Amino acid sequence: MDAKVIPAADIFTFVGDHPSLLWHSVLQTLGLFAAAFAIAVAVALPLAIWLGHLHRGSFLAINIGNIGRALPSLAVISILLALVGIGFLNVVVALALLAIPVIVTNTYVAVDGVDRDVVEAARGIGMTPRQLLARVELPLALPLIFAGLRTAAVIVMATTPLAAVAGGSGLGQIIVNQPSYGLDGVIAASLFITALSFIAELGFAGLQRVLTPRGLRQTEKVPALGPALRT
Amino acid sequence: MIAIAAGPVIPSFGGSAHSCVRANHFFCWGWFKSNWSGVFQPALLQHLKLTLIAVAVGFVLAFAAALVAYRFSWFETPFSLLSAFLYTVPSLALFQLLIPITSISTLTVEIALVSYTLLILFRNTLIGLRSVPDEVLEAARGMGLSRRQTLLRVELPLATPAIVAGIRIAAVTVIGLATVAAVVGLDKGLGSPIYKAIQIGPFKTELFAGAVLAIALAVVADASLAVVQRLLTPWTRK
Repeated sequence: MDAKVIPAADIFTFVGDHPSLLWHSVLQTLGLFAAAFAIAVAVALPLAIWLGHLHRGSFLAINIGNIGRALPSLAVISILLALVGIGFLNVVVALALLAIPVIVTNTYVAVDGVDRDVVEAARGIGMTPRQLLARVELPLALPLIFAGLRTAAVIVMATTPLAAVAGGSGLGQIIVNQPSYGLDGVIAASLFITALSFIAELGFAGLQRVLTPRGLRQTEKVPALGPALRT
Repeated sequence: MIAIAAGPVIPSFGGSAHSCVRANHFFCWGWFKSNWSGVFQPALLQHLKLTLIAVAVGFVLAFAAALVAYRFSWFETPFSLLSAFLYTVPSLALFQLLIPITSISTLTVEIALVSYTLLILFRNTLIGLRSVPDEVLEAARGMGLSRRQTLLRVELPLATPAIVAGIRIAAVTVIGLATVAAVVGLDKGLGSPIYKAIQIGPFKTELFAGAVLAIALAVVADASLAVVQRLLTPWTRK
């Protein structure tokens, strides 16, 4: 192994020498992230809330999550780009496609799984379906919905650099281009995208905490993951 | 007369390029067939091997950690945080960060892939163990089973569905992430034809073949583990 250990100082030097390149790349990455995440949420959230509210389409809603997990991100991005060509919008759509399944599955399970007795009680006191959704089902489903959004956010952020292999912009362009930017640049950009993923994770965790109704904070439990446990 | 003006340059792959390949059609079955044994079959087997090693090593580590956390609950938080930390690092970044230490090698890829399995396997094993009802544990104690016997004969069998569910997710995740290894230069697995295809065009036939095989491998792995789970837990069948 001719592993070359790079002193941390070299990485700082790279960051110090190329502030505008890195700043620009971070902004491009954030732009890709924001656009893709917004599209995924706009498509997946209303659909899944609606299906969950009606308790319909469970097979579709749950299995789309399993299918989504089986799609290698590199394959999805490259297939889409081969079909429709390289461009900002196409990369955004590819990233959004990767995030939609996990949002659909989590949101559906969250809304569908709201305690039926509570729903009955809300109906009993005369709530309309709309009030039921807005005041009972959504608040109760919020922790699990946010768990899905959080996972989706990390998936999108972590996949943005991969989009560079197919012409996407941002930090990924530095990460996959060692001949141009050198090992220091590659490592620096890798650290930047790692930091952005953590910010996405922690940011959504914080948002989840803030938005969870106080009465529910105690009872929140992490469910086991997996198709076998959904019953 | 060959006139490919702006289209991607497709190498002639052994000098016998079909017109379909030259025109870069959606999928050239003939090209795929003649490259199956030379390109795709080895890549598929390498991919399977990468996945099996990663899931096996990840399972051993996560399973041991879950057993420790089941006995000593203080261990849960540090290991959860560590594995969640690793899980959040983008795969491309993790590969690149490891390469200066372990060079472009299978070891680098396996370290990264294993680190992505830990969170899922640890969490599912621990939750599976903890979901064993107290009455069942009482009954086991009442029958005079030792702690070790209770673990082996009662707790682990009852936790099996959750554990196998974790393995299913881990396997499918690893199959997807292993394709990324080619981007950082490891010429192994299905990512290799996918990445090469992107670089020379994209050359659609090779790209689709690699991508579809990766997806198919994930689906087959998931389905076969579902069968394993059924066989391991006959009492859950209805």
